[in-house]
Amino acid sequence: MIANYGYKDGSGDYFISINTDMCVECTQKPCQAACPAGVLEIIADDYDDLVAAVREEHRKKIKYSCAQCKPVAGERSLVCLDACSFKAISHSW
Amino acid sequence: MAETGAKKEFWRWKEYNWKNPDLDLSAGKIISGGVDVGSVSSQAVVMVDGELFCYSNMRTGSDSPTSAQRAFDWAIEGTGLTVADIQYIVGTGYGRINVPFAHKAITEIACHARGANYIYGPSVRTVLDMGGQDCKAIRCDDKGKVTTFLMNDKCAAGTGRGMEVFADLLGVSIEDVGELSLTVEEEPEPVSSTCVVFAKTEATGLLRAGWPREKVLAAYCSAMAHRVVTLLERIGVEKEFAITGGIAKNAGVVRRIEQELGISALTTSYDTQIAGAVGAALFGRALAQKEGKQR
Amino acid sequence: MITAGIDVGNKFTKVVILKGGDVLARQSVLTGFDQEKAAQKALEAALDEAGLKQEDVARICATGAGKQEVTFAADVITEVGADAKGALFLVPGARTVVDVGAEEGRSIRLDEKGRIVDFAMNEKCAAGAGSFTEAMARALEVDLTDMGPLALKSKALVPMNAQCVVFAESEVVSLIHAKTSKEDIARAVSDAMASRIVSMTRRVGVEKALVLIGGVAKNVGFVRAFEEGLELPAVIPGDPEFVTALGAALNASKNAIGEEE
Repeated sequence: MIANYGYKDGSGDYFISINTDMCVECTQKPCQAACPAGVLEIIADDYDDLVAAVREEHRKKIKYSCAQCKPVAGERSLVCLDACSFKAISHSW
Repeated sequence: MAETGAKKEFWRWKEYNWKNPDLDLSAGKIISGGVDVGSVSSQAVVMVDGELFCYSNMRTGSDSPTSAQRAFDWAIEGTGLTVADIQYIVGTGYGRINVPFAHKAITEIACHARGANYIYGPSVRTVLDMGGQDCKAIRCDDKGKVTTFLMNDKCAAGTGRGMEVFADLLGVSIEDVGELSLTVEEEPEPVSSTCVVFAKTEATGLLRAGWPREKVLAAYCSAMAHRVVTLLERIGVEKEFAITGGIAKNAGVVRRIEQELGISALTTSYDTQIAGAVGAALFGRALAQKEGKQR
Repeated sequence: MITAGIDVGNKFTKVVILKGGDVLARQSVLTGFDQEKAAQKALEAALDEAGLKQEDVARICATGAGKQEVTFAADVITEVGADAKGALFLVPGARTVVDVGAEEGRSIRLDEKGRIVDFAMNEKCAAGAGSFTEAMARALEVDLTDMGPLALKSKALVPMNAQCVVFAESEVVSLIHAKTSKEDIARAVSDAMASRIVSMTRRVGVEKALVLIGGVAKNVGFVRAFEEGLELPAVIPGDPEFVTALGAALNASKNAIGEEE
């Protein structure tokens, strides 16, 4: 399942997508600790898979919560993406 | 009742409950319930062996647990059922953790997919739910299991509340908005602001410039349709396509979504607002079976 | 030489008349639906205040959302440019300038020479700027100017979950039902708005002196939450909503002098 957390408002699209079929294969889940803003958490989803998800309090604020990692001048290096060896996570940044 | 001179509340839609006249309770093995407490509306559904028995649809009050209770009581009113008769109740929706009498809470995404599968049949693969304060785009399989989802509950654009603001601004009953917007001869340019607050200002300017109400409504329905289509395109649209939630009853938005997607939405005689509660009740039935709770 | 700067904002149109380095007049009118008319009206009001006629003004420069509508202006300057010029003029050590208006918020970073290094904007979403506080004031049934002082009297922190003006209005209604005090709600509102502006400002980097301008700078509740969020005191010039228009007037002076040479 692909879980898209985030929103689109007048100012743009801000989404973090997690492919739970790939995420469930990972036992360590380093993404959670890697995120400097504490955006990610590990949950048991509706189908009982242990997967990464965006914390409830950040789902409507991704533009602001993820602000410190926003790429500048074409360079794109997001900590959460780099931490995931299963390539299960993607970000609209 | 409202006194003469009281301001008409254009956003107010009709609340009601319904009972299945043909279903025999005594023969049922598993009675399950689903309660969907949304920020704007609440629904309670009771199913007997996976068949719809009764339901209610009402505005959510200021208190979630009370709304859940009231919705449930109203659904079972006159049926002879009590809460104790129901083997498994699942709570869902924005206020799902606030259904005190539920055995379990399940997310509205999973419940809407399951409910759409019931209401529209197993051919549904893409569900668009336009609720009171959120908009969900869901891809599912033939069993109603979610394969992709996207939920936008941050922004009022594309939600029932956004439409209510416009209905109020233009002095048109929310139930009439859709049909009225389709009476325009020529489709106007959509409102340029996504944001409901700015769109409202823009609409006020249009009215002052002499635009008739139906043209402004058409412009807004068009903008709303476009916005949800971009959300849908993010997850990809696979046939069959169906719409649930209150706005599914707004032909003005539905027609424009279909036009932009180039796909027709499935139709149903069920009330599209009960999809979440139906899904919850079906989850309840499966859980009751799993846990050996039968009559 | 006398110049005028016209800032056609989304809610108010502001005019500043400048002579050399002195402000002769400041006037503000509601922008309404006709931006050029508002610009003309605001200019006339300012000329009146200064005891001048339009012919006395050597050059007019326009800025703001409606700048292109001001056909009688010789120049146009971006809001970011006007903010920087105006803020630097009043606060020579300005390095971070934050302008929060009715519909848009901007954060600008300047270097020691006053050149713009980076900027960020909160636009097209009413929750990012003054419209948020305005709508909540209506929901609370208090005057917009009371929101700040009310927030300062708050005794408890109440979280605000809604990130949208429309949803926040419903949330405020629920909070009122739950008997939350107006002071606590007002504070939740300023905290929510400030947190968005703080986040946007952090994106461009924060350096002293931090200057806050725009109409929302007059909201003391917002200012407190903003300063707390950035852990830095904010320098707020008197009449903060006129700083952008001042920047436009300064730009007009610069261009007029440039042409003379």
